[in-house]
Amino acid sequence: MNVVNNKWIGQRTIRPDGVDKVTGRAAFAADTTMPGTIWGKVLRSPHPHARIKSINTAKAEALPGVKAVVTARDIVDFPIEKGAVMLGIQDMRWMCRNVMARDKALFPGHPVAAVAATTEAIAAEACKLIEVDYEVLPWAIEIDDALKDGAPILHEWNKFDGKPSNIMGRLESKKGDIAVGFKDADIIIERSFATRPVHQGYIEPHACLISVAADGKTTIWSSSQGQFMVRAMTSMLTGIPQSDIRAIPAEIGGGFGGKTIVYLEPLATLLAKKSGRPVKMVMTREEVMRATGPTSGSKSTVKIGAKKDGTIVAAHGAFYLQAGAFPGSPIRGAVGCSFAPYDIPHILSEGFDVCSNRSKVAAYRAPGAPIGAYAVECVLDELAEALKMDPLELRLKNAAKEGTKAAHGPVFPRIGYIETLEAAKNHPHYAAPLGKLQGRGVASGFWFNAGGESSAQVNITEDGNVVVTTGHPDIGGSRAGIANICAELLGIDYKRVSVIIGDTQTVGFSNLTGGSRVLFASSMVVTQATDKIIATLRERAAKIWEIDPEAVKWEDGAAHPVSPNAGEFKPLTLADLAEKAPSQGGPIGASVQLNTQGAEGGFGTHICDVEVDVDLGIIRVIRYTAVQDVGRAIHPSYVEGQLQGGVAQGIGWALNEEYIYNKDGKVDNPGFLDYRMPVCSDLPMIDCALVEVPNPKHPQGVKGVGEVPLVPVMAAVANAVNNALGKRFYSLPMSPPKVSEALDAPTQQAAE
Amino acid sequence: MVQMRSGLVRPGLIVDIKKIGEMTEITETADGGFRVGAAVSGMELSEHPRFGKVWPGVLEAVNLIGSKQVQGRASAGGNLCNGSPAGDSVPAMIAAGAVVTVQGPSGRREIKVEDVPAGPGRTNLKSGEILVSFTLPPRPAGSGDAYLRMIPRTEMDIAVVGIGVSLTLKDGVCTAARVGLGAVAPTALLVEPAGQALIGSRLDDAALEAAAAACRAACRPIDDKRGTVAYRIKTAGVLLKRTAAIAAKRAGGH
Ligand SMILES: Cc1cc2nc3c(=O)[nH]c(=O)nc-3n(C[C@H](O)[C@H](O)[C@H](O)COP(=O)(O)OP(=O)(O)OC[C@H]3O[C@@H](n4cnc5c(N)ncnc54)[C@H](O)[C@@H]3O)c2cc1C
Repeated sequence: MNVVNNKWIGQRTIRPDGVDKVTGRAAFAADTTMPGTIWGKVLRSPHPHARIKSINTAKAEALPGVKAVVTARDIVDFPIEKGAVMLGIQDMRWMCRNVMARDKALFPGHPVAAVAATTEAIAAEACKLIEVDYEVLPWAIEIDDALKDGAPILHEWNKFDGKPSNIMGRLESKKGDIAVGFKDADIIIERSFATRPVHQGYIEPHACLISVAADGKTTIWSSSQGQFMVRAMTSMLTGIPQSDIRAIPAEIGGGFGGKTIVYLEPLATLLAKKSGRPVKMVMTREEVMRATGPTSGSKSTVKIGAKKDGTIVAAHGAFYLQAGAFPGSPIRGAVGCSFAPYDIPHILSEGFDVCSNRSKVAAYRAPGAPIGAYAVECVLDELAEALKMDPLELRLKNAAKEGTKAAHGPVFPRIGYIETLEAAKNHPHYAAPLGKLQGRGVASGFWFNAGGESSAQVNITEDGNVVVTTGHPDIGGSRAGIANICAELLGIDYKRVSVIIGDTQTVGFSNLTGGSRVLFASSMVVTQATDKIIATLRERAAKIWEIDPEAVKWEDGAAHPVSPNAGEFKPLTLADLAEKAPSQGGPIGASVQLNTQGAEGGFGTHICDVEVDVDLGIIRVIRYTAVQDVGRAIHPSYVEGQLQGGVAQGIGWALNEEYIYNKDGKVDNPGFLDYRMPVCSDLPMIDCALVEVPNPKHPQGVKGVGEVPLVPVMAAVANAVNNALGKRFYSLPMSPPKVSEALDAPTQQAAE
Repeated sequence: MVQMRSGLVRPGLIVDIKKIGEMTEITETADGGFRVGAAVSGMELSEHPRFGKVWPGVLEAVNLIGSKQVQGRASAGGNLCNGSPAGDSVPAMIAAGAVVTVQGPSGRREIKVEDVPAGPGRTNLKSGEILVSFTLPPRPAGSGDAYLRMIPRTEMDIAVVGIGVSLTLKDGVCTAARVGLGAVAPTALLVEPAGQALIGSRLDDAALEAAAAACRAACRPIDDKRGTVAYRIKTAGVLLKRTAAIAAKRAGGH
């Protein structure tokens, strides 16, 4: 149903949440309050690695104003030896230990106890009165330190290659035989790369307000990327059945993957249950930086072999990703996505999941894929250089297309990767002249995208307007996109469609807002529900007109006879039919619940220009164009916003963002002053070129767009820096002291 | 206030000095200098019709403190008394040759700006003393000043190195020069040899390199999350040359 003459699909409609957000009315989790609310605070481990021998909470409990204290004893245990208990991609064995340390504290900031008191200050004071007897253990943070002989082992039960190890798992994608492939190569380039852990940098810290009534009925207001995830995890960690937990999604101030797990909710629930009072918890920025999941730091080695004409014959990637305290780094993304844009006969892509004494990683836009793409796309740039080929031509020559089998499994259907390369090549940016100490780089990227479970309820109001309820927190514009689609299908004004996010007890199960799945999946269920409503409306009109429903069509927001043959009737509008509803069969509405399928992967190609201040080592991005196959841009402004946001985050990752550790193994820059995300003035206007190759498996052609735009960025910047300086950086960030040192290194000839 | 909100300090008593006339006024002195109240905000200073024309370097340094929102409250007095080695207005004030008036229980005294900081977070003010105002000297014709800082981002950041240069040119020859250097030692510094290296020269490459070398030599930085020792020392030299060039251009424009 890919209608071309759309009235609302493709329009830059006013965002439904805009006025509230601009005027400050939007209710975020930290804005909520209830009569009798008290404050929860977390006591966190000061040590990177320590055995917890005992915890004495008596003094804290005796402090006036303290209403409850919880420790790991209060959290439901998922014993390690009993095997994995998965909730989505999270293993509850690690979740229960991450929200509260059990036998060992595994990173500075690891929760050890939580207190609820009448004021925030008393709760903080009480935390200091809790006596924890630690046996401090040696620790390892960097991958090399965690892998070397004699490294302190975080999880003593784990073995790799028969020996106790911090490597918690290995994953591979394989196609052909690389040994055979590399034999055919005329040229082979192999390089190693390193990236630092980086945080999602959402502006709103984690926050929740939770009340548990005397009968156990629990209400959670919190900031998350999935109220159903919050309900399920809280239920599993506290033992309260899901039917008793109403998780209400607050407006969310950014997540980028980092709010797909819980930190505070189980603790606040237990504190509320013990104290009988609603408990509010709000993290400080420092807690966010110390104890919530950034994405992994990494080390990788990529080897690519090609023929003289540029045909790639073999590729090998080995990606080591820091998982933090518990297993679960995004090796799947690094392994599966890195080579996916290319049609290569022989591929081996391996990932290693490495634990170390830092906070457990959480998802971050296309988890793992940017790390892999950084290495692969930089090696491709060197290959193009060595073969004296244009880097886009090299990619075009090897581009994956319909029918290409990807190493991670699927055979691609009609995809738009080649279109992004062509669009980049033909973009004026690619031909624009460069000045002194300026350089240009390109890179591509792929992300799987996801479908999965979604539910929607569409109701026609008594006055003939529409309310759509879905179950996904809106962090990327899904409300506006859904309203566009629903208005289009019903043929009514966009303003007549109100889209809201239901809580767990009022709308059917809907999986996380993540994996670039929300508009894909929710527009599918909303389309089906709206189609059902249109069928009902046609039946109602047919009944009134006493003709066959097949003789009624729905057009421009009203029922019409399909042709004069069907009879001459004045159209019945949505308002007319809503008014007559009570006498014509009752309220009009439909709900649909699906496990959606057919989310196809997305591809992007980026062009980046940089200018280098060689005396100070400062790299500035001066022009940037992101080209992406977006399937169908239901709301182009939001799609562009996704692209621009991803690029901004990638530029931060490439140039300045990193966790810096002090000699005690603690994060030394737990705030936005020294954890340097780009500010507006650091970035040029980021141009977007939307390529639309509709997804054949989706009613509106939608593909996920939110994650691809972070994937190519670090490589595009690194390739541009190389083009400007004739010098390559194999580790991120390319921060001024590092760049300056490299430029001053004796082997380097003058840069000008 | 910021330290209080982030739980670093818990004062028993807070005295608001932002309503005392002398501390919030900007006046031109009879000899052509300026007196700037210690509590004058960055915004107020930038709105003054004459100050920025005479002391563009001091003004740009004060205006670099934080964002627009921060500028509405933050003062050069607070910036100096904060005792941060990286405070932006301090090197520019040192270069300007500013003197502060301090009021205490036993009367008033005057101290040079470079003598106020005692170390990170500490000043040489005695218990009970407050800063009342900055006095900037009269400006001979042909003078200009400038302030530059190195930050990894373009704003909302803290100086890795900050340099203020104030100089006077007569027929192309530098007759007076002062250099203030920040973020490379426990306190902001007056680098006298750097000024000396410029005086008497036509700001030729050799003189600029000598002044840059003097700045590098004055550095006693630490390796920290914001920059390495080597990077800070190198940057001090680079920024001296760039800042002096801007100051010289402004001096020529008078
Ligand atoms: C978001 C943000 C960004 C910032 N960015 C920068 C920046 O880019 N560059 C930079 O240099 N600084 C920056 N700062 C820090 C800056 O130094 C101070 O915030 C500001 O200069 C203090 O001015 P204030 O008038 O508000 O002083 P206050 O914060 O009120 O005072 C600072 C200290 O000085 C003392 N004090 C103040 N006035 C007097 C007086 N008259 N006599 C004696 N003691 C006094 C106070 O008791 C206190 O200890 C930033 C701060 C924030 C919050």
